[in-house]
Amino acid sequence: MTVRRRLIPILVSLAGACLIGLLVYGISTQAASRTLDEQVARGEQPPAPDATRALPVLGGTGTGSLAALKGKVVILNFWASWCAPCQEEAPLLEGAQKTLLQHGGSVLGVTYKDITSDSERFMREFHLTYPNLRDGGGSFASSYGTDQLPESFIINRRGNIVEISRGEIAAPFVQRAIALAEST
Amino acid sequence: MRGRPARLLRAFLACVVLAAATAGASQAASVSLPTIERQVMCVTCKIPLNVAQSPQANREREYIRTLIAEGHDESEIKDALVVQYSSAVLGLPQTHGFDLAAYLVPVVVVVGLIALLAFLLPSWRRRSTASPAEPSRPISSEESARLESDLARFD
Repeated sequence: MTVRRRLIPILVSLAGACLIGLLVYGISTQAASRTLDEQVARGEQPPAPDATRALPVLGGTGTGSLAALKGKVVILNFWASWCAPCQEEAPLLEGAQKTLLQHGGSVLGVTYKDITSDSERFMREFHLTYPNLRDGGGSFASSYGTDQLPESFIINRRGNIVEISRGEIAAPFVQRAIALAEST
Repeated sequence: MRGRPARLLRAFLACVVLAAATAGASQAASVSLPTIERQVMCVTCKIPLNVAQSPQANREREYIRTLIAEGHDESEIKDALVVQYSSAVLGLPQTHGFDLAAYLVPVVVVVGLIALLAFLLPSWRRRSTASPAEPSRPISSEESARLESDLARFD
């Protein structure tokens, strides 16, 4: 009887602790991963995640993937039409595309949680000529730890990430991508 | 006699059809932005759309307004939102990974409570039958006199 009386509070406390642990784990896994940033900061060049994932082509038919650009220097840019800094950097990226094309490189845009018609209007408005894919659910973006826009990644010819920009890019970021394309 | 049940049946069927049509019409008419907003999520803020304030939430609202204006019903609007934003827009936990806990934990808790009750109830029952309530003690003449005097004071 005494054992039973002691056992029940212990079991109830254990169950409560398990529930709290589950809650803490759930909250901690919701946060965007910064593993790629840490690896790049250490001087490593991690492979671009989910490169073979096929995503619908924006403003076209069929699907495309990052892997389709392997062998090129790529500026992978996550954007959305509702993101004001994305509008600011769009002309810079379009300019970069023209230069990168001459050196075996490309910009690859990926929309993040955006309505297709809005994204297509954005492309027309900023006269974007570089390929764009649609990541409506944001799962591709999530594998890059993307949760704020815009975010950009420079990917070398071997498909490894060499630089990350979480926020609006400036001219030096684009210049480094172009320099990489010119030098490799 | 034979025609009466048939007439009643026809009248009943007409009522059923009318009720269904009225319900359908009222449901279609009740599609409004607040109705949908309560049921979907702002996909970037990860909170219900009706309390979200962000550029993406505003675009999502605008899109819902457009769909309502085009005459789509509630389920069509939700389907269109899923096409644009994936099932995450419905705010329902997924059936794999950590989200599975949202379905499993309530089941485990209920089973645990039932097991706990099954464990405790027999001992509670034994305790209640083993120790019957003590019979009330008859009051002494002294106590009775004091009670009488107290009652008399209140009269």
